[in-house]
Amino acid sequence: MKIIKVLGSGCAKCTKTAEAIERIAEELNIAVNIIKEKDPQVMMKFGVMSTPAVVVDEKLVHSGSIPHRGDIERWLVSD
Amino acid sequence: MLHLFTLFADWLVLEQLGFDRSERLGSALHFFVEDTTKIFALLIVMIYLIALARASLRIERVRDYLAGKNRLLGYGLGSMFGAITPFCSCSSIPLFLGFTSAGIPIGTTMAFLLTSPLINEVAIVLLGSLLGWKFTIAYILIGMTVGIVGGFFLDSINAGRLLQPFARKAFENAAKTSTSETDSDNALTLAVRHQFAVDELKDIFSRVWKWVFIGVGLGAALHGFVPDGWIEQNLAAGQWWNVPAAVLVGIPLYSNATGVIPVMESLILHGLPVGTTLAFCMSTVAASFPEFILLKQVMQWRLLALLFTMLLVSFTLVGWFFNIVAVWIV
Repeated sequence: MKIIKVLGSGCAKCTKTAEAIERIAEELNIAVNIIKEKDPQVMMKFGVMSTPAVVVDEKLVHSGSIPHRGDIERWLVSD
Repeated sequence: MLHLFTLFADWLVLEQLGFDRSERLGSALHFFVEDTTKIFALLIVMIYLIALARASLRIERVRDYLAGKNRLLGYGLGSMFGAITPFCSCSSIPLFLGFTSAGIPIGTTMAFLLTSPLINEVAIVLLGSLLGWKFTIAYILIGMTVGIVGGFFLDSINAGRLLQPFARKAFENAAKTSTSETDSDNALTLAVRHQFAVDELKDIFSRVWKWVFIGVGLGAALHGFVPDGWIEQNLAAGQWWNVPAAVLVGIPLYSNATGVIPVMESLILHGLPVGTTLAFCMSTVAASFPEFILLKQVMQWRLLALLFTMLLVSFTLVGWFFNIVAVWIV
């Protein structure tokens, strides 16, 4: 199962990002574990400077905006 | 061209709805319709064009550029990038840590963070259309000066020692772990730029539209319902304590530049001195408790208190200064 972390200080966009990933994963029938990560030290570890950011299986794939649908699908199906 | 919006408000409010401009409600409504339509039209055009131009300006690039710059130069550049880089205040903390862990001095980082809420394209559009270009330039210069002087001051008192321990450690370790995973997206196609600009437009617009209504609504209410001359008689420039009072009043009012600029216009039209208005506006925008609570994650209380005091003092000085030189800029 993929572990997807949404990094952000709890702003509206971070919540939306997590929801979008959850919804699309459900549509594609892919099991994911989504974690909302608010700890600034974790963001620093991944070198994230603008939120929301997305980390898939400990790898930073996106930062700074609510991701597009196409991107989310790509993260979910890739291995 | 901006005359168009006056004509539209004339048509809608006076002809179609039958209000009389000499009455309070009619005058306030006219003001509201004219300003909101004008602001929305300008915002859509400007946000799109600016986003198109700066699609390749990523915060990671700014960091890499600022890292290793000469300190004095760094304050100016930090403040400038704070003004032009798209950046949401909810990213303050990761940005602060990102800069700090790249070895950028806290003064440069704070120059960026102080200038950022004060100057952005939305603020500039609003100022330019409501208060004229001279005022806009003066505003940009002061916003940057506050950032630069603030940054310089923080470094000169060695504010780095008052960071939270993990943040200080990140700064000290910076030399060993120089980050450079900058993506090389230097040649963006027009299609990519367009997509970015559309996203930005949607994003910014969805954040600011309600502030435009609130700001212009308040402005219109002031415009129609505060008796002419009241502000002039009660809050004229002569009394030195008006400026610090305006700064204090602005603190608990938490708004962004978009909400406050239409109010500024109204206040100035009603005779509130420019400096007092500016001091009030900057205090509302840049000195807010929610923001400071966020910064607590990376700073100790003493540093927060220092920062807060520094902002209040500098806005007061700005206010006094502009009350003196007001004759040349409005």
